[in-house]
Amino acid sequence: MSITLHVNGRAALVAADPTTPLLDVLRNTLDLKGSRYGCGLEQCGSCMVLVDGEPVYACSREVGTVAGKRIETVESLADHPLRQAFLDEQAGQCGYCLSGILISAKALLDRTPRPTRAQIVAALDKHLCRCGTQSRIIRAVERAGAHMAEGASR
Amino acid sequence: MSATTLPLSFTTNPSPARWLRFDPDRTVHVAVGKVEIGQGIVTALAQIAAEELDVTLDAIRILSGDTDAAPDEGSTTSSLSIEVGGTSLRLIAAEVRARMLDRLAQRLNCAPGDITVTDGAFFRGTEPTGQDYWSLAPEVDLARAADGGATPKPVAAYRIVGQSVPRRDLPAKLGAGAFIHDMVRPDLLHARILRQPSRGARLAALDEAAIRRAAGGEIRIVRRGNFVAFLSADETIAQRAGAAAPAHARWENLRALTPAQQEAAWLIGQPADDRVIGDPLPAAAGEVVEARYSRPYIAHASIAPSCALAESRGGHLSVWSHTQGVYPLRNGLAKVLARPVETISVHHAQGAGCYGHNGADDAALDAALIAQEVPDHCIRVQWRREEEFGYEPLGSAMAITLRAVVNAEGLPIDWTAEVWSGSHVQRPAMGGNMLAHEALEVPAPDPRPTDPTEAAGGGGTRNAIPHYEIPARRVLHHLVPGAPVRTSALRGLGAVANVFALEGFMDELAARAGADPVAYRLSLLANRPRAAAVIARAGAMAGWAGRGPGGSGRGLGIGFAQYKNRSAYAAVVAEVEVDQEVRLKRVWCAADAGLVVNPDGARNQLEGGILQAASFALKEQITFDATGVSSVDWASYPILRFTEVPEIACELIEAKEERSLGVGECTLGPTAAAIGNAVAHALGARIRDMPLTRERIAAVLLGG
Repeated sequence: MSITLHVNGRAALVAADPTTPLLDVLRNTLDLKGSRYGCGLEQCGSCMVLVDGEPVYACSREVGTVAGKRIETVESLADHPLRQAFLDEQAGQCGYCLSGILISAKALLDRTPRPTRAQIVAALDKHLCRCGTQSRIIRAVERAGAHMAEGASR
Repeated sequence: MSATTLPLSFTTNPSPARWLRFDPDRTVHVAVGKVEIGQGIVTALAQIAAEELDVTLDAIRILSGDTDAAPDEGSTTSSLSIEVGGTSLRLIAAEVRARMLDRLAQRLNCAPGDITVTDGAFFRGTEPTGQDYWSLAPEVDLARAADGGATPKPVAAYRIVGQSVPRRDLPAKLGAGAFIHDMVRPDLLHARILRQPSRGARLAALDEAAIRRAAGGEIRIVRRGNFVAFLSADETIAQRAGAAAPAHARWENLRALTPAQQEAAWLIGQPADDRVIGDPLPAAAGEVVEARYSRPYIAHASIAPSCALAESRGGHLSVWSHTQGVYPLRNGLAKVLARPVETISVHHAQGAGCYGHNGADDAALDAALIAQEVPDHCIRVQWRREEEFGYEPLGSAMAITLRAVVNAEGLPIDWTAEVWSGSHVQRPAMGGNMLAHEALEVPAPDPRPTDPTEAAGGGGTRNAIPHYEIPARRVLHHLVPGAPVRTSALRGLGAVANVFALEGFMDELAARAGADPVAYRLSLLANRPRAAAVIARAGAMAGWAGRGPGGSGRGLGIGFAQYKNRSAYAAVVAEVEVDQEVRLKRVWCAADAGLVVNPDGARNQLEGGILQAASFALKEQITFDATGVSSVDWASYPILRFTEVPEIACELIEAKEERSLGVGECTLGPTAAAIGNAVAHALGARIRDMPLTRERIAAVLLGG
């Protein structure tokens, strides 16, 4: 059946079984490879996307349940201050977990423009990073928050 | 550099043309055999090449890991990519530069020393010659083998090596398309595998109709002996088939595991290959102190499941893999598939961090086997999460008994480490099997577990010999070939458990002697200044002098090692709070890695090693049940989370006149030890078994 998805500000009509995981549709139908498969179990956060502004696990969310909702993937963050902050802090090793983490960080900054370390850690706790880059990731989100607050006060 | 000390990557690939090429767009194409596995090696190698050639960093283009187009540097392992790969590339680049200058000097009738290089252009004094690498390249033979005679630049002249330049791979990883998982090729078919539950198991029945129903769409089933794959152009359908298949398969001749086998203690008393390394027995006479430590089986636990692509077209097999070694993988594939290596190409593509020998090579064989059966398609295999946890090679459990003979001052004069362990390297080229090979009609012979030689740093014996000045030191190594699961290289190999044990034992000896742990260690390092320096520095960073009495619930502990007793030095201090469980608050680290190519990149590796070791020390243990490995998801195999991450401070000791030492693994053992010692300090009682769980703390508190 045909489902209309609103992804990164664009509408797309996709032909898919409504029980197909959203992640598969994003990656294989819409060729948005930034959202990544890690476990399929809602346990690692590699697949995180925003649905109407809330982080959700795309690996297990059925595409039929997000028809008409606003979906944002990491591809929409190309010009977001988070991206530069992650580069400035060199917050990455293998990098596989990063796209999902950027999504949760974006949701946090949308809600809480200058988050504390504790708020950042709480927002990212659903994400696993096996390389041990967490300290840098936390600093990068702090930096992006500071940068955005600076921009807003100008 | 004399021929005997030339690095292996250089001697295997002495032709500079194999490494370097000057392309018309004024870039330098640099091909290397060491691959990116999250450690930032490609960035550091680009720095080395740019430095030695005196070209801009942006002019360097790197191709890494390719049997068609890059040199054979074996595998990317053992923290040797800078030490061996980097040193080789430096010598090659120095040779290329020298040949270019010789040619130009001939032309200009001057001495090569009269010519300088800036951004790839040649100057005579301050006068431009109008020539550069690219204009001169057609006249210079880069194919002729180098002998290592060219002298690299002096360290004092470095302007790129030693700088913290940004990682080249990071921008792509903040977006889409950086990983092998993201590759798309023509005629793509997604595949999922039904795994043989254990070596020798026979597939007695497979309900294909039920699997097709579960798939919810057209699938093709490929079967080779006890190897079964489900193919579809639609990944969702292939995934559903793969997920449903285990419930619809009946196996015979299964080998059950028991929970008792998941413990390190099970290894003691098993048949073993025994040997003595170091000073011969008997031990010196005197008062003997003894303790036993252990670590369980642990997982690489990559965030991404293993993935590979393969296609067979016109008789040639092309494979894409996140393997640590494209050439060893090609050899392994040629052997299993019984075809000449020339008919196979292996290309490296990045995966998630592997931290050693995980499922990467196995997935490559899966894809290759299917591609042979289904030519003219690109076969993309991706493992399922349960498959990754259930079938990747594991880091071996280890039991370690330490015995010291102490003198009147309480210092050890004789040290014995008795180690029971499975193998720490069972790569296909080193006695191991790729998984699917064991499932074929003619299955692989049983693996022949061995361990790396002592010259290569050992496996179960790695860092079992203390770096401290003790008159007699030895290891009694019991390599247990019949470990109940496949084990292979996991970051640090035996060093993690050995350093956890030996540094814990050092604290026990210090306490017995009534000495401060740092002062006690320093007294055994009078002639080892680099070791003493990192310990003293880490202590100073942590405010060790203000360390309070034990048993307060708050603890400060130290751990030290020189990785492999020949690579980077690292000392780590950990601060913990312990009530029912351990909260790791802060970690300080001082390391000496000689000449550091990219200080920020090196610190990133030190930090990563610290957090991964904290995860090992506090949380990780594989569990078994009758069906095999039973910890097959992140709920049953928890790792360190964001809320558990301590504050970290890392310092690199300035030592740029010393040769470069790899930093990827040097902090793991010291961190595990520092945490163990900090917990012992906090509790006033010691837990000698990793991981330091709530249950073990409760047992100590009740027992105490």
